[in-house]
Amino acid sequence: MKKLHMLDAINVAIHEEMERDDKVFVIAEDVGEYGGVWNATRGLYEKYGALRSMDTPISEAGFTGLCVGAAMAGLRPVTEIMYMDFITACMDQLVNQAAKADLMSGWQMELPITLRAQYGSGSREAAQHSQSLESWFCSVPGFKVIIPSNAYDAKGLLKSAIRDNTPCIFMENRNLYYDPVEIPDEEYLIPLGKASVKQEGNDLTIVTYGIGVPVCEKAIKKMPDASIELIDLRTIVPLDMETVLNSVKKTGRLLIVHEASAGFSVGSEIIRRVVEQGFDYLDAEPLVYGNLRTAMPFSANLEDSVLITPEGVEEKARYLLTGVC
Amino acid sequence: MSKKNEQCRQNLKTMMIMREFERVIKDLANEGFVDGAVHCYTGEEACALGVCLNLNDDDYVFSTHRGHGHAIAKGLDLKKIFAELMGKASGVSGGYGGSMHLFDTKLGFMGGNGIVGGGVTVATGTAYASKYLNDGKVTVCFFSEGASNEGWCHEAMNMASLWKLPIIFACENNLFAATTPSYKTLANPDIFERAKAYDMVGVKCDGNDLDECIKVSKKAIDRARRGEGPTLIEFKTYRVEGHCRVIRDLEIFRPKDVVAWWADHDPIKVYSERLVENGVLTKDEIAVIAKEVDAEIKEAIQFGKDAPRPSTEEFLKKISERYAI
Repeated sequence: MKKLHMLDAINVAIHEEMERDDKVFVIAEDVGEYGGVWNATRGLYEKYGALRSMDTPISEAGFTGLCVGAAMAGLRPVTEIMYMDFITACMDQLVNQAAKADLMSGWQMELPITLRAQYGSGSREAAQHSQSLESWFCSVPGFKVIIPSNAYDAKGLLKSAIRDNTPCIFMENRNLYYDPVEIPDEEYLIPLGKASVKQEGNDLTIVTYGIGVPVCEKAIKKMPDASIELIDLRTIVPLDMETVLNSVKKTGRLLIVHEASAGFSVGSEIIRRVVEQGFDYLDAEPLVYGNLRTAMPFSANLEDSVLITPEGVEEKARYLLTGVC
Repeated sequence: MSKKNEQCRQNLKTMMIMREFERVIKDLANEGFVDGAVHCYTGEEACALGVCLNLNDDDYVFSTHRGHGHAIAKGLDLKKIFAELMGKASGVSGGYGGSMHLFDTKLGFMGGNGIVGGGVTVATGTAYASKYLNDGKVTVCFFSEGASNEGWCHEAMNMASLWKLPIIFACENNLFAATTPSYKTLANPDIFERAKAYDMVGVKCDGNDLDECIKVSKKAIDRARRGEGPTLIEFKTYRVEGHCRVIRDLEIFRPKDVVAWWADHDPIKVYSERLVENGVLTKDEIAVIAKEVDAEIKEAIQFGKDAPRPSTEEFLKKISERYAI
């Protein structure tokens, strides 16, 4: 065991997968000689050379499209969008090409593409560097969407994503990059589509992922009197509804917390499915708590007013537990 | 008949098949055998054939929404192309793609594309894979002057030249983008000149002269195969028909003298006259070819009509796994 933070864990995962399979390569802006603007790909260029750790022009459409073709030809590209906000520049390559080529061809091909996208809010980077855009990719048939909350999960999930034969959107919250956790020396994988129950409880289910996990953990610490079950989804598509429903069956109360705003969100979808599949389990109206619905303002006090907080989680949780605002 | 003359006969026959395909496909659509969008390749036959005659079976071709001719030229089974347009399980894409998504990965035919310019970045990916795997394959990306105005072309050509990828950008400048004539869309009507901006070889070619198309393509493909990098070929040609079956042209964009000039330079007319002039074929022998074409087309249509629809059960089972949420 050694302590690694998420960026280190991601770096090790990519190294391990490139060592294991010579079809795996990384290609994106700054990922080669520089080692990635966040250092996630350091050491690859030295070890594997330029073709397997290729620096690209600032051409998101170009290099993500390239990944689609490379995957069609049997390679397993791992690409990176430096800030997820930039993904708008390659939406055709992702949505119309990567997500659809297998069906359009009558299932003649598979598209093993992993796209790492760094994202997050709260770091004063304003409207075009602060968005959580997972819902877009969840709503398009064809992608898996993975959002780890800690270094351990990030490593195991990324390795599974790279080995998966469908396009995977792997979202990394930059505010989680530097929390060290114990990582075993031996290899491990975490299957896609399996949630993690972080804490068991009987009175309220909180479903979250990504940065929502530490935010909710802080809130739960402030409520030692409450019996709360905390679920980290880890994978958004496919969604582990079995774990969610089993928990709601036990607690009767559901709060979903995420950094994306609540409207048309992952939380909305979870509520749809809980209402359809577990309506009788519910003892109170399920709630979604997310960042405010706004483009992100720059100034610190304005941005802070937008973000989810442990206090906000506590307020929603107490309401669901007591029925009192 | 000498081997060379035999090849000439076959070339003429292939172009006549492409032409007849487009003629009958409209009837089949009107009779209800073919659904959806149909974009005809009439008048551009020499471009696809000239390129594909220089390719090996396992070389990659990326086609467009106007791709029937590309598929025929790359050697896809005529019966299965008809079947695909009829939405049948025996179609090249199993009935999942239709006219705009003809795929045959065994023949390196990596799909048409419903997005104008959608294939351009993707094609750099198979070319990248060929460089990565050192497999000696060449990629040809067909696109049009309409697609050339998508920014993706810039990204793809820059990357392809930067990395000396084995790819041919085969621009079929047919003078129309949907309904709009190219004099309204191109600041510089000579698209091949853009190659200079990427330090890439750019050549123009009479796209209605099969012999020139063969010669120009061969040079570019040989260069690419030798690892000397990409070429942009601009085929000057003319889209004889409207954008698609349901979107007609404005007559003001089709001056009678221009239409007549292009009719006089029709690729099949030019080629067959040359063969007669050179004593390769007689007019009677060409009439025999026309009968063969007619018979093959009729047989292929019948195959398509007789073929079953894809199984709904299998489809529903497949998508419940592939698109599981």
